[in-house]
Amino acid sequence: MSTPMVGWKDLPMAAIPFLSAREYPTGEWAVFQPKIDESKCVRCGLCWMYCPDSVYRWDGEGVPVPDLDHCKGCGICATECPTKAIEMVRV
Amino acid sequence: MVATAVWRPDIKELARVEGRERPVESGHRLCAGCGAGIIIRQIAMAARKPLVWVNATGCVEVATTIFPYTSWNVPWAHNAFENAAAVGSGVEAARKKLARSNRFSDDPDVELDYDVIVLGGDGGTYDIGLQSISGAFERRHKILYVLYDNEAYMNTGIQRSGGTPFGARTTTTPVGKVIKGKPLFKKPIMDIMVAHGIPYAATVSPAYWNDALVKFRRGFEADGPAFIHAFSTCPLGWGSAPEDTVKIMKLAVETCVFPLYEVVDGEYRLTGPSVSIAKNPDRKKPVEEYLKLQGRFRHMFKPENKWMIDKFQEWVDKQWEVLLKRAGY
Amino acid sequence: MTVQKSVSQTMMALNGDEAVAWAVKQSNVDVVAAYPITPQTIIVERISEFVHNGEVDLEFIKVESEHSALSASWGAALAGARAFTATAANGLALMWEILYITASTRTPVVMAVVNRALSAPINIHNDHSDSMGARDSGWIQLYSEDAQEAYDNTIMAFRIAEEAMLPVMVTLDGFTISHTLQNVSVLPDEVVSSFVGVRKIPRVKLPSIHGDKEVPLMLNPKYPVTFGPLDLFDYYFEHKVQQNEAMKASVPIIERVHREFAEISGRSYEPVHMIPYRTEDADVVLLGLSSTMSVVRKVVDELREEGKKVGAVRLRVFRPFPADMIRRELSGFSTVGVLDRSLSFGAEGGPVFVEVRSALYSSSSKPAVYNYVYGLGGRDLPPKLIKKAFNELLEARGEPGRPVVKYLGVRE
Repeated sequence: MSTPMVGWKDLPMAAIPFLSAREYPTGEWAVFQPKIDESKCVRCGLCWMYCPDSVYRWDGEGVPVPDLDHCKGCGICATECPTKAIEMVRV
Repeated sequence: MVATAVWRPDIKELARVEGRERPVESGHRLCAGCGAGIIIRQIAMAARKPLVWVNATGCVEVATTIFPYTSWNVPWAHNAFENAAAVGSGVEAARKKLARSNRFSDDPDVELDYDVIVLGGDGGTYDIGLQSISGAFERRHKILYVLYDNEAYMNTGIQRSGGTPFGARTTTTPVGKVIKGKPLFKKPIMDIMVAHGIPYAATVSPAYWNDALVKFRRGFEADGPAFIHAFSTCPLGWGSAPEDTVKIMKLAVETCVFPLYEVVDGEYRLTGPSVSIAKNPDRKKPVEEYLKLQGRFRHMFKPENKWMIDKFQEWVDKQWEVLLKRAGY
Repeated sequence: MTVQKSVSQTMMALNGDEAVAWAVKQSNVDVVAAYPITPQTIIVERISEFVHNGEVDLEFIKVESEHSALSASWGAALAGARAFTATAANGLALMWEILYITASTRTPVVMAVVNRALSAPINIHNDHSDSMGARDSGWIQLYSEDAQEAYDNTIMAFRIAEEAMLPVMVTLDGFTISHTLQNVSVLPDEVVSSFVGVRKIPRVKLPSIHGDKEVPLMLNPKYPVTFGPLDLFDYYFEHKVQQNEAMKASVPIIERVHREFAEISGRSYEPVHMIPYRTEDADVVLLGLSSTMSVVRKVVDELREEGKKVGAVRLRVFRPFPADMIRRELSGFSTVGVLDRSLSFGAEGGPVFVEVRSALYSSSSKPAVYNYVYGLGGRDLPPKLIKKAFNELLEARGEPGRPVVKYLGVRE
């Protein structure tokens, strides 16, 4: 991951950020990341609700899908999953 | 003063909306398991209108806006540590004036119908920012001020604040040979805010997401300033396991260390699990269950320091009794 | 000041503070956030009266401190409003942190600073230690000589600030100007209103976030922008250079706004940054700021009667500092005296002196430059002391060993 280096003449004024953080892959921090056993998932959405990193994508119907490019591996989802459908596995 | 129709958040619908709008984008640099990361998402989920977000200096500010990146897909402004409520006052006043003057009414690129949310940590709220919040509340600016309380100056390396609890180890209240952790109790921040006569104040534990979202929404709907005290587990500063963040948020409520309640026009009302504990005192768990998951309290479990746990429990019991009385139990 | 043409204006008896309040009332200001402090109080009182009598439609946030005054002004300006605040002395000192932030985030707040001495000991009277201390905070600084100029500068400041996207400080001397009734030509409301217009918002491109769309640089849910990020060693330096270049780029804006203002008001402050008086064939000139310079000009007239070749230069724009103009206009004199109404503790002279001498150092012919520090805490500077300074300067001629920095009017 390299951050673009822009000179002062080309930077937008007022020091406003010009890139979305989604371009910054915090998934590189993770030692463990979630693996979901779809057969156990009851689609309650708690993994989505409790993720501090907005990592889960959930359409409200199917199994939530974690964005592993950004998941830091905290494991809250695995702890809070009521059916233990999430296992944290070493990356 | 608060709208009577109760909003019932639907988790499926919330997920679909967040999937489209993503107010807080992934890729911020909050620690793994940070409670504040959950709080900022829940605030955005509970919004009834577009938001303008004002942030005090602190973990959230630093970690979400490391130049050239931003995690914010809502308009967002950070000025300094102690003045977020004053900045919010200015935004709210400007919005009001520009809207009544029909400014930008011919500019399809500008939206003026929004709510102002101001977010500060415990440092920015209990301590350095207290004056500007008091001023903003006295002036009745229609802002929702949310305190995410991780109980110390985490951003600068875990120094104690007015929100640090009794006994906690921080880098400025170390566990020494003579003084062990913080010898003082938390400042009663809710009482201070409620004393301003604001129409809405509440405590929130993000673990009880439904309760939290309804309160954030009521804060937005309040006819005047609203204050929400949100409990924010900090794995780094508390010495807790990142995966236990939500578990600790639950235990804080179950032990009455952090009871859930709201104050609507001065009337106290318990909410969530705090109601059932009030009705069935047996359900109140001992504070040890909360303390033992956190390294910052580890020294209190040594036999010679057991008095500290007792003192902690005594304080919690007393606070809880006061709250029960206020809530009519 | 030369009057180019007369337009329909109302002559009013106003003190300096009232003149500023009138300018604010007429300039389509959306939000005022201010905290009272002597000698600025009349500004906030008059604006309050205008608001409470329905004579102007603006939001006046009566904040609980100067720190919040500037913070709220900043929030209002980012939200798209034209914002004004006013303070003095310790109030400005309390704003310090936010002064820098306001400038660095390119927020066009306008602030009247009614110059007053800084504590301690506490003193409510005039000197320039407050705004001079803020000279490096990134604000454009316009120094006003009288109530008329305080009025004119305040109106122009909104245009300058919003075109340069930099905050502007308009100063006037505490009590001497703020509380002294003078005749002030007040322009018709509609003339001022059309001169300043309503606040316009510049647009920026953020391709990675908003694609090709040029989005308004404000807090706006339609096109979210993040203001006030964390900036580390990889970008902070670039942002500071960019900000400094914006300061330089404000010079032609300041000049153009003055010219356009002269057209509507008949009042020209050419050549804008500093105004010379009887300097054509002078051997010695005395340079200074604000109300003192009207007395200096009187003394120049008296000394000219005695056949002495002396002149005066009044600096109006201290930031951005007009170094090129100083070199161009002052290099030809044998001796330049600089008046400072503040101290820079531990420095060799006051801030105006240090910068004037520094500018002249790189000119081919270097005048001898001397500093007179005067008037601290409102101490009067009578004509006889100014005359004494001129006479010293006429004799000085840069001989070695002569003290470079002197106090005028202090007891030893």
